[in-house]
Amino acid sequence: MAVQPEIDPSKVTPAMWKARRGKNIAIALAVAGFCALFYAITIVKMVK
Amino acid sequence: MAADGTTQALAPARFGQAEDFFALLKPRVMSLVVFTGLVGLLLAPESMLHPFEAAVAVLCIAVAAGAAGAVNMWYDRDIDALMSRTADRPIPAGTVEPSEALAFGIVLSVASVVTMTLVANLAAGALLAFSILFYVFVYTMWLKRRTAQNIVIGGAAGAFPPAIGWAAATGELSLAAIALFLVIFMWTPPHFWALALFRAGDYAKAGVPMLPVVAGKRETRRQILIYSVPMALLGVAPSFLGVTGPVYAAAAAVLGFVFVAGAWAVWRDGAHPDADKADFAEPAAKRLFGYSIVYLFLLFGLMMLDRVALGA
Repeated sequence: MAVQPEIDPSKVTPAMWKARRGKNIAIALAVAGFCALFYAITIVKMVK
Repeated sequence: MAADGTTQALAPARFGQAEDFFALLKPRVMSLVVFTGLVGLLLAPESMLHPFEAAVAVLCIAVAAGAAGAVNMWYDRDIDALMSRTADRPIPAGTVEPSEALAFGIVLSVASVVTMTLVANLAAGALLAFSILFYVFVYTMWLKRRTAQNIVIGGAAGAFPPAIGWAAATGELSLAAIALFLVIFMWTPPHFWALALFRAGDYAKAGVPMLPVVAGKRETRRQILIYSVPMALLGVAPSFLGVTGPVYAAAAAVLGFVFVAGAWAVWRDGAHPDADKADFAEPAAKRLFGYSIVYLFLLFGLMMLDRVALGA
């Protein structure tokens, strides 16, 4: 696989920062949702 | 473009947004998978799942289908860029980097299989894992670019969801679950060959050996007609296996008859003087492609209605 060159931070536009921030928030929410899902599954299995 | 070019060209791909990753999951395909998986789960007798567990199991089927789609987009990024139908997908469009799409697909695949195994049972988890591996390795990497039978064998991957739903609910498979699998398995070739008839130029350009490209349009029309007859008969099978009742059987027979009539119209289009030309509009194939989607939704919707509302 080809190695991607590093991006010069000075070339990153506000829109790109916004996009990256949005992606990071989405990943955080996904991880939190996954944890919450397993918590709920455990509760349901305990009371079933 | 900036003077250094490279930085500007790569930058957007390295900053893909959440909606680009959602697009990697092939949401339209996912909707059909979710629906058929849900019906498989609801049709199963004496479900062992709590409603919440059942909802999570369906979510796992959806995520697994999307994950397999993401890996498919990673592998097919070269030919996706060549076809007008797929050129705007996230990787060829440059909004998601290929390695990110691959990682995304693998993470979701593992998460969906682990969750399915824990929330339902090992049989459902194993079947889910098998369907992902089959779609990625057998269909995408092995068959798709090598044989005109790609969609016949590879189509099995898309036929698994109702059987997975059934296994999630009961912990095992049965003849009825296999019948549900076969309905979609037989539906897949005429569905995709109808699409391939009016997208033959695209597939030829990308070097994908779809049936119209390899065997010609006339043979494709013939195969669509041949497959549509057993497909229509299999659509009625759930009633003979006691899963659904006579109301469903009658409706499925009508829907199947309309499908075969559509396939006959595709065959009759072959008599047109320009039928074998690549730029022929293929009106009957376009109609059949659209109807095939409606057919599958209606068929599984009727199964669910028959089971839930009429208590077959």
